[in-house]
Order: sequence, then structure tokens, then C-alpha cells
Amino acid sequence: MKKTQLYLLAVIVASLAAAAIGYKWQVLKFPLQPEAEVEVWTLQARIEYRPKRGPNTVTLQLPTVTPGFTLVDEKFVARNYSTLQETSAEGRDVQWAIRRASGAQTLYYRATVVRSAGNEIPDLAFEPHLATAPVLEEPRATAAQSLLDAVRDQSADVVTYARELVHRFNEATPSQDVAILREVPQTHGERAQFLAGLLGQRNIPVRVLYGLPLGTEHLTTGSPKAWLAVYNGERWAVVDPVSGAEGWPSNVFLWSSGERPLLRVDGNPNATMEFSISRNLADAMAVAEPRLEVQDANLVRYSLLSLPLQTQQVYRVLLMIPVGAFIMLLLRNLVGVKTFGTFMPVLIALAFRDTGIIAGMVLFALVIGAGLLVRFYMERLRLLLVPRLTAILILVVLLMALVSVLSNRLGIEVGLSVALFPMVIMAMTIERMSVAWEERGGGTAMREGVGTLVVAALAYLVMSWPPLEHLVFVFPEVLLILFALTLLLGRYSGYRLMELFRFRALAREADPIAPDPVAKG
Amino acid sequence: MRWFNPIATARTLRKIGLMGIGQRNADYVLMHNPRKFYPRVDDKLITKKLALAAGLPVPDLYAVVREEHEITELHRRLQDREQFVVKPAHGSGGDGILVITGRRGERYRRANGDLMSRDEFGHHLSNGLSGLFSLGGQPDHLLVEYCVQFDPIFDQVSFRGVPDIRIIVFLGYPVMAMIRLPTRLSDGKANLHQGAIGVGIDIPSGKTRRGVWGTELIREHPDTEHSIVGLEIPHWDHLLSMAARCHELSGMGYVGVDFVLDRVRGPLILELNARPGLAIQMANGNGLLHRLQRVEALQARGEWQSDAAARARFAREHFPTRG
Repeated sequence: MKKTQLYLLAVIVASLAAAAIGYKWQVLKFPLQPEAEVEVWTLQARIEYRPKRGPNTVTLQLPTVTPGFTLVDEKFVARNYSTLQETSAEGRDVQWAIRRASGAQTLYYRATVVRSAGNEIPDLAFEPHLATAPVLEEPRATAAQSLLDAVRDQSADVVTYARELVHRFNEATPSQDVAILREVPQTHGERAQFLAGLLGQRNIPVRVLYGLPLGTEHLTTGSPKAWLAVYNGERWAVVDPVSGAEGWPSNVFLWSSGERPLLRVDGNPNATMEFSISRNLADAMAVAEPRLEVQDANLVRYSLLSLPLQTQQVYRVLLMIPVGAFIMLLLRNLVGVKTFGTFMPVLIALAFRDTGIIAGMVLFALVIGAGLLVRFYMERLRLLLVPRLTAILILVVLLMALVSVLSNRLGIEVGLSVALFPMVIMAMTIERMSVAWEERGGGTAMREGVGTLVVAALAYLVMSWPPLEHLVFVFPEVLLILFALTLLLGRYSGYRLMELFRFRALAREADPIAPDPVAKG
Repeated sequence: MRWFNPIATARTLRKIGLMGIGQRNADYVLMHNPRKFYPRVDDKLITKKLALAAGLPVPDLYAVVREEHEITELHRRLQDREQFVVKPAHGSGGDGILVITGRRGERYRRANGDLMSRDEFGHHLSNGLSGLFSLGGQPDHLLVEYCVQFDPIFDQVSFRGVPDIRIIVFLGYPVMAMIRLPTRLSDGKANLHQGAIGVGIDIPSGKTRRGVWGTELIREHPDTEHSIVGLEIPHWDHLLSMAARCHELSGMGYVGVDFVLDRVRGPLILELNARPGLAIQMANGNGLLHRLQRVEALQARGEWQSDAAARARFAREHFPTRG
């Protein structure tokens, strides 16, 4: 009756926690392992120009819609310039302005980018409008008309029309029409603009998109490539202006989609812009947080990640205490190790975090041993309990100070990191150990002391295991699973390992004692 | 020597019906001992008062020490007493019990023969008051009471100190019993953890069967070399029915009752224990579980007897020590 209720509760708690962990892991992409790394690209736009006299304004188009990627951080580096961001229907731009400038000017914009959770490309939502047709002279105007007519005959809709046009325009052995037309655009970007203009002549809404291919190279320089986006009345389709392939490539970061030029420097056509792309591997955790913030700010705002860094550090430690307590529960209730105090081993294990395990155990044994000697002497002074404890505490602090000073003299760093070593706990341990020594003999006292150390050491090893620490901090729900397990163990009524050892004499008898005959009537 | 095999050991112990600490706590202590009645067994002063009210014999109370300053007064109040025992009201496992068997001038003579100055005596008492010996370390009070003149019947098999008899009572039925004999190792204390011997008592006959010393099964006292098998416990019937009555007295379903046999006054109740029952199984070489289940079955059938004497009779008929 009560047991089923307990099991039910434990199962409910555990499955809720498991579901939460699963959601965070699979949907929100929180990394399960601390060393999980993600690709991070840093895109840097370097703008150089010679300023004219008087005020100068530089306008740079910034990424807004970035299918497949998330912009996690951006920086503007422009000394002495005022920086103003502006978002409009056409996109986002930054305006750098300066009243007086001399010498070559260099401005930087740096964006940090990671792949976003959803890899599918969202619908591009631009206002459809017609590109301005290029002004062509004869015989190019006629050539354009005949090319467009020929393409029209061999296409079914807007998208196939655009693809066919690109295909013809890029043929290895072009027709005469194309050959004449190909002379007009000089660069890759101009070619895309030219094609957009041709499509505009046939009333097809089209845009030129600029994107940067993000590769696997560590560092590349590059310039944005152009893509054509055509509107078929319902949605935008992207066409590569060279290969004619449809769709937005998954490894290209869409920089700007505006009709405006990428970079505009007032009355200064000689400005140059250079892009450099560097690829790094970054801690997945560091990236998950800003990425999540972009997707759903509330999830971060109400999680441990929203706390100040120092508080986060404290919680990293605090959240491990239940884990240590659970280890102690296992050792005490399943194995039957005897320790001083219920949670003392966990607190000692916490202290080991500062000192390291070997040094911590040596320090513990040293201070406890010295404290015990003093305590045995104090027994003869007949002090009352509370003053005696206080006296021991004072001596423990002095002992530790002494250890620190000595180890410093000897050039050992360990003794210095004792700040958190729980002095009160040590004083209590000394007191209890000395009482146990007198009441139950040295053997018992030593056994319990060693038991305490063993449990503390094991708890420390588990608590300081980085993958677990990471797991508990990122998924505090793990503690709920621990809670459920604790509930289940709360009704464990089997033998403890040490008990079996203690009672082994009974079991070893040649003729086990027959149980009572079953009661009848 | 064979290797220690936990799984085989566990299987054998299960067959014997040996109850582990986890099972005792989960299935018996937690299920049958209401929290609110714990003070009745944890505070020896309350136990004593309840026992007196129920007409059960206990050692006479000479004084209660609650405050530090009462210690000085105590020397005067005890000046007419040659022998007495000081024990913390919340002590466990015999911790902090001071047995004074005589005086030499200003000094007290302890049971082990050591002399103790007034200062040392006062220090021990003030430790007790501060809670050094109590379970949670809370401030405690001390009982000064009659020092039991133990029955010489056990002189051959105890090394100084007072042997005591423990009977485990489940739902009012005495289910298992043992006598604890002090040894040289235990310093005259009847505590198995400190080296005393536990000797199982066959409930139907009231005779000792065999003993355990540490984890070792024995048939002779290690100090006196006298056999500890077949000793007959005096007043056995009386002991069983008094133990049975402690169920009503304490309100506890699963309780251990400790007796001493006084030369003059017969059996006296020393204290009750809410968490007994591990070492006693070793001493008897029998598991408790089968007997406990038998009582549970009795209760489930609605045949539980409200008369303590009838329950003691049932125990004598049904709970022999085997093996």
C-alpha cells in the first residue's frame, strides 16, 4: 500500500526529470558532455577608404535573416566614429559617422556565427518588387529580347524560367546572343545584377542576395557571392547565378538581401571591403546559451545560466553536494561503512575540491591527529564541553595556518589552498573521535575515522568528475532522478554488505538452523 | 579458508530468517514504533516513571541532576550512599554510565577499582549534562540511582560489572532473549560492541544456549573459562511477563527491554530500547524474522492477546531457540 505509493512517486519524479533532460538535450541542444564542441565562424568585414574633407558617413549592410545560422555576437570596431544601427524593412545597417578624418581609415565589423538548431531554411519574407532593367544598346537589347523569348519557350514557371536563363547565360559554348550579352557584366556580382535586370524586364520579381560560404578551412578571405531570389507569387526561390542550382546552400551565410549596395561611403567610390572568415571550435555550452537566447530568451532567463558567473560557480559546487550525499547513502546503507556524523564525509569531500585528494587526506590526517593529541591532553584539564570545542577549533585553525606556512616555506603549494577546509567540522570530528576512542577503544575510533575518509574520498572522486559536474549543472533535473532513487533506497530492507560479513559465522555453520515450521491455525 | 561470498551468505542468512539493519529499521522500527512515544524509551527518567506507575520494579532514583551547579550539591546529597550509579537520561549503549562502588576519603571508587577525585567526578557529570553521551548531542540530565547488587548466580561467567538480560518484545510478545556478560575486554560493561559476550536464551526453558563474542561463536567465557551453556535464568516466567507488559507501557510495537537481576530485589527494568535486535540474533544463532512474522500472522488473524501473561505463555510455547 504505502510502498506502491512510494514507487509510483519515484517513477513519476524520475520520468518527469528524464523527459526534461531529453527535451533540453534533443530540442534545445544542450550538450551532454562538457568537452562537446561546435563550429563557430567569425566573419570580419574590413573596410578601408580615404576620407574626403569634412564629415564622412560609412553605411554597411548587416546580416538580418540568416537561414541555417544564428548570429550569436557582433562587434563594431571604429575608433572615433559614432556607431548607429538601423533596422528597416529592407534589412539592417550600421552607420559610422565622423566629422573630421584624415589618413586612411579602417573600420571593422565582426560577427560570430554558429549553425542554428533548425537546419531547414525558413521562408524568406521580402517585399516582391521588380529590379530595374539594365539600359542596353543595340544590338544587345535585341539579343536580350531574343534570349528571353527563347528561355520563355523552354520553361514552365518562374523558377524554371530563371534557371533556364542562368543555364543559357553560362553555357560553355554560348549562342551569339549570349556571347554579346556576356560582355556587359564584369564581375560575379554585376552578372547577378544583370540577370536580375533581365528577369525584371519580364516582370519577374527578383532580388540579389549576398552570402559568404563558410567552409572548414581555418582562415579564409573572401568576398560575398551573389544569388538570385525569384518570387513565383507565393514564395521566394533561390537560384545560383552560375550553376543554376535551386535552393539556398546550407553552408552559405546570408549576409544581405537588400537592394542597397553592401557598402556605401558618401561620395567615395574607392572604398574597399574585405571579408575574412575564421573557423574555430568553441565550447558547446558557451554557444548554446546565446543561441538559445536568440531562439527563446525566457528559457535562459529562468535557468541557472542566467545567473552571474560567480553565482554560477557556486551552484556548480552546490549542485554536486546531493551527489556526494547520495554516494554516502549508498556506502552507508548498502555497504554499511561507519562514519562520523551523517554528512561530515560530504563536507570533507567538498574541502578536498580545494586541496586535491592526496594533499587533502594528508592534511586531514595531520590536523586530526595533532588535534587528537591536544584533545587527550585537554581531557586532563577538565574543560566543559562547549569551551573545550571552542579551544579545539582555535587550535585547529592555528594548526592549519602552521601547515600553510610550513608548506609555503618548503615550496609546496597545496597547503595554501585550504581556505574552505571546514574547520568546525574538523573540530567536531576531533571531539567525536576522542570520545569514541575513550568509550569504544582506539580500534573503533580509527575504523570510523578511516571510514569517514574513505567515504569522503569516494564522494570527492565522484563529485569532481567533470562530465558529471557538467551534467548536473546543465541538467539540474538529474538531481530529481537522484531524489527518486533516494526514495526507493529509503525502503531498502535487504542486508548490508558489512552485515553479511559480520553475520558470516552464522551462515558458515555446517548445518544451518532450520527455520520455524510455518505457523498453522 | 574459504573466500567470503556475499551472495551465498545472503542466501543462507535469508533462509535462517536473519533480520538486517535495513529491514529492522524499515519494516519494524518505522512501522511499529510511533515517533511520539520515543521519549518514553529514550529518556530513562520517563521510562522509570512509567514503569513505577505500571507497578514494574526499577532501581530506586536517588537524585536527578539538571544543572551544572547541582553537581556540587550532589556530593552532599550522596554523602550517605556508599554505592550508586550515575547515568545520562538519553545515553545509549551504556555510554557515560558511571558506577561508584565505594569511597576512600574524598574520592569515589569506580566499579573497575579506579579511584576518582571529586573534580574528575564533577567533570564526568558536566560532560553528561552538555550532551556528550546523548544521541543527538543535546543537553541532557543525569540520573543518580540505586547500584544493583547483582545476583551471584552469574559470578562465574562475568568479569566485574553487571550482566544484564535483554528481551525483544514485538507487539507485546517476547520473541528473543539474551544475557550479556561483561568481559575483561569490555571493561565491565555489558555492551556487545565493546567486547561483552552475548548469550542466547532459549525462551521455553529459560536456559542459555550458546554465545557470541565479537563475531565469534563461543561456549565458554573467555576470561573465566566457565561454560556459558545451560545456565538457568532465575525468575524466567516473571521476566517474560514483565517484558510483555512493556509493550503497553511504552506504546512501542518493537522494543527491547533490559533487565538486571538484583540479589535482594529480583529482576529490575533498567531501560527500554527502540532499536534493538541485531546482535541478539548472533547470540542466539537464530533469525528474528520467522518469529516476528509469526506474531504478525497472529495479529492479522485477530488472535492477538491483550493479556501480557498469556502472551508470555505463547512465547514459551512457540519460540524455542534452534540449532
